Amino acid sequence: MSLVLDLVSWTMLLGGVFLGVSGAVGLFRFPDFYTRLHAAGVTDTLCAALILGGLMVQAGWSLVSIKLAFILLFLWYTSPTASHALAKAALRAGLGPRLAEKENPPSKS
Amino acid sequence: MIHLLWLGASLYGFWLLLSGHWDSGLLLALGGASTALVTLMAWRMQRLDALSFPAGLWRRLPGYWAWLFVEIIKANQDVVRRIWQPARFPISPTMAWLPASQKTDLGRAIYANSITLTPGTVAIEIDERGVLVHGLSAEVIADLRGAAMDRRVTRLEDGEGGA
Repeated sequence: MSLVLDLVSWTMLLGGVFLGVSGAVGLFRFPDFYTRLHAAGVTDTLCAALILGGLMVQAGWSLVSIKLAFILLFLWYTSPTASHALAKAALRAGLGPRLAEKENPPSKS
Repeated sequence: MIHLLWLGASLYGFWLLLSGHWDSGLLLALGGASTALVTLMAWRMQRLDALSFPAGLWRRLPGYWAWLFVEIIKANQDVVRRIWQPARFPISPTMAWLPASQKTDLGRAIYANSITLTPGTVAIEIDERGVLVHGLSAEVIADLRGAAMDRRVTRLEDGEGGA
């Protein structure tokens, strides 16, 4: 039983590590601030979920697991707020996004 | 008043969970004092209105979270593909105003946060009519235009309408 749990836990942890590395690679590969924000989003969401989930499997049914779940909950509530604040501040500061279609300035439809 | 009690009780419950010390009278009393102080500050700041969630929202929230979690997994897959195989899955950054059909500030905040939480899309501006979204590709913006998420958040908000 503990072998199964270890396997599940390690799969989740390694998956989380892969996504974290992917986010870092994306940070380098993507061309501008806004697209890099999306790459960081991978690290913020599923990478964090898998690593915390893997740790929860290790901790079992305990207070530690509940705390880990709360960390994930708060992370998922606050990280979009931070991303949104960053993107909004960048746009307000006049940093234009590099868009695929040139004739598409953000205007209200 | 009922909100105040509810806030105090849930804060104390949360304190109990985080502390894990349930047998020391002194610590329990100190926890009670600190949650009472926070509750008092919240009351003084008159922020309690912001807590008046419609009761039905709590019942519908778990279902929405489950749906959102699946969306987050799919979106992660999409972004990771675009990171590792840029030749097969090129990016096409797009920015667009999308309509938001939610009636309350809370609903719009949930919608915008959900957009930002799914990798590949970030909500930049929100007003009464809509959300300005930056997307990693034209496809994710087209997906959002399909308004599946918008409808779900609106249904989460008022418990009716949508499909």
